[in-house]
Amino acid sequence: MNAAALIGHDPGWLIAVKGLIVFVLCVLLTLMSVWGERRIVARMQMRLGPNRVGPFGLLQSLADGVKLALKEDLIPKAADRIVFVIAPVISATTCFMAFAVMPLTGEVNLFGHKTVMQLTDLPVGVLYVLAIASVGVYGIVLAGWSSGSTYPLLGGLRSSAQVISYEVAMGLSLVAVFIYSGSMSTSDIVAAQHKWWYAVVLFPSFVIYAISMVGETNRAPFDLAEAEGELVGGFHTEYSSLKFALFFLAEYVNIVAVSSLATTLFLGGYHALPGLTFTEHWLGGWFCMVWFFAKVIGFFYLFVWLRGTLPRMRYDQFMKFGWKVLIPTSLLWILVVSTLRVMSARGEPRVLIAAFTFGIVLLIMAATSLYERATRQGNVEGLPDSSAEPSFPVPHVQGINRVESNNG
Amino acid sequence: MFNMSLQVGSTHTPEAVLFWVLAPMAVLAALGMLLVKKAVHSALLLAWVMITLAIFYIAEDALFLGIVQVVVYTGAVMMLFLFILMLVGVDSSDSLVENIKGQRPASILAAVGFGGLLISLIGRAISSHDSVGLSIVNTDGNVQAIAQALFTQYVWAFEVISALLIVAALGAMVLAHSERKHLSQRQLSVNRFRQGSLADTAGLPASGVYARHNAVDVPALLPDGTPAPSSISATLAARGDIIATAPFELQIHEAEEN
Repeated sequence: MNAAALIGHDPGWLIAVKGLIVFVLCVLLTLMSVWGERRIVARMQMRLGPNRVGPFGLLQSLADGVKLALKEDLIPKAADRIVFVIAPVISATTCFMAFAVMPLTGEVNLFGHKTVMQLTDLPVGVLYVLAIASVGVYGIVLAGWSSGSTYPLLGGLRSSAQVISYEVAMGLSLVAVFIYSGSMSTSDIVAAQHKWWYAVVLFPSFVIYAISMVGETNRAPFDLAEAEGELVGGFHTEYSSLKFALFFLAEYVNIVAVSSLATTLFLGGYHALPGLTFTEHWLGGWFCMVWFFAKVIGFFYLFVWLRGTLPRMRYDQFMKFGWKVLIPTSLLWILVVSTLRVMSARGEPRVLIAAFTFGIVLLIMAATSLYERATRQGNVEGLPDSSAEPSFPVPHVQGINRVESNNG
Repeated sequence: MFNMSLQVGSTHTPEAVLFWVLAPMAVLAALGMLLVKKAVHSALLLAWVMITLAIFYIAEDALFLGIVQVVVYTGAVMMLFLFILMLVGVDSSDSLVENIKGQRPASILAAVGFGGLLISLIGRAISSHDSVGLSIVNTDGNVQAIAQALFTQYVWAFEVISALLIVAALGAMVLAHSERKHLSQRQLSVNRFRQGSLADTAGLPASGVYARHNAVDVPALLPDGTPAPSSISATLAARGDIIATAPFELQIHEAEEN
């Protein structure tokens, strides 16, 4: 029985229980990940990080949450009151919705019912996640606009432009997965990876997705919407108390959500690492959840690692990277993938497929080397001709009047 | 999963409840969109209308259409939102004064005409075809059926519309784009040294005469003893608030004599 059929037999109360489990897991994971992020970043910066509240400081984020809730709740005079209140609610509700389609386990026994740990299995599950993400941006944009203040507005506008452009790249990177698995349902995609993970088969897609998921969640080095050096706190500058806590929660749940999607689409979902498949039957199938969250936490570590390593990008570089590098690359990759797919579906000989792949690789190498040569010789745009005699006296040393301009 | 509404003309209770809760909200939001004063609020209400429509599609077993509705239209409304912020301004509400003559009757005429067109087209599509039923159409799956229709039977219309949209987008870009060349700081500094005289490359001379009078209204003295007008603010010069430099000049022959 496949996942959709199993879920179809769930009684109403079981769906409610599953929803509760997913919700509690997300909130717990948020608490743990805030703590984890602070500890890991601290280690990377030769500090200790929070270590006072509870064992290893584990309860630090809980204490912070309580503190936030007890703070005074301010609404600025210039704010648009209704939208100001709605915005954090939109952010905090939409971020949980993506988990409805994430398959966390295979077939398990939950209170005497045979089911899978997945709320619902839509035939267009991945598109649903994208749709939810695009609604989630409204929270940020509306928060920026309704604050009635300059920095939040700039932060909100930045983040909307950012999320829209990186969602295009993200959607394109998923197309190759759809083509290969022949389905847009999360459980089918997981099932289609039983032999090879798509992170291996569709490596360029995986890289593009991994980059755009950082852009999509407004995280460093792409956290331009809340660049504290430029915009104070960005879109949430005017927010305090529980409303701010909601944004905070939404950010971390979103990280877990995009990591879960990455796990599901590229790392074989809840399946064990190759060679360890016998562990999938432990605890009556529930052990799969350990694998799933291990992979998710791996992605989360990547997020923290990026934050600890890379400086924030400049806004125009960031946009240029999205539109001029990620999107064209993924379009080309889709072209290659679909050609390969059609070739193998038609039963073309392997030699032809290999030759095609080799030809593509050669073409890419030629293009990059040509591009590199062109940029090395090219002058910086807008400069006068460097070969002209300068109007000021220079000593007669050969080549002195040629100003090196490689990295303009 | 979504196996409601199999027979024409019959609705199940959940679907009816969904409809009667959401439909009034959608209609109210649509009316509010027209009546609300702030442009951003009306964009928000539009987004809400789009989302309720998506929910209706999903309830009618058009899952793919519903999801795509959310993806596409929330993105589109977001664009609208940005345009409002950029064109109208952050906190100004729409002015209700007509700028273009006869715009109101023309727009009413266009709206009525478009409505009539839609009604007649949909009416013709419904009346001239017998419906075969959803389950027969979706035998290969909903997405596959839509793809089949879109890329075989309607591929020409699809391509024409996409070309039209691309032309519109390009046109908007050409109209909005202004060719303005920005030189970077680096280019500016290189230009400063390469072109023109070197006199100003390190900045304009500072005002005042060394050790005698350092106020901003006293021009600096050049090496040949003449005052440098570029060392004084143009505003002061225009006002005539400049002190003559002559008293502060070093009298060379005097110095030699003493």
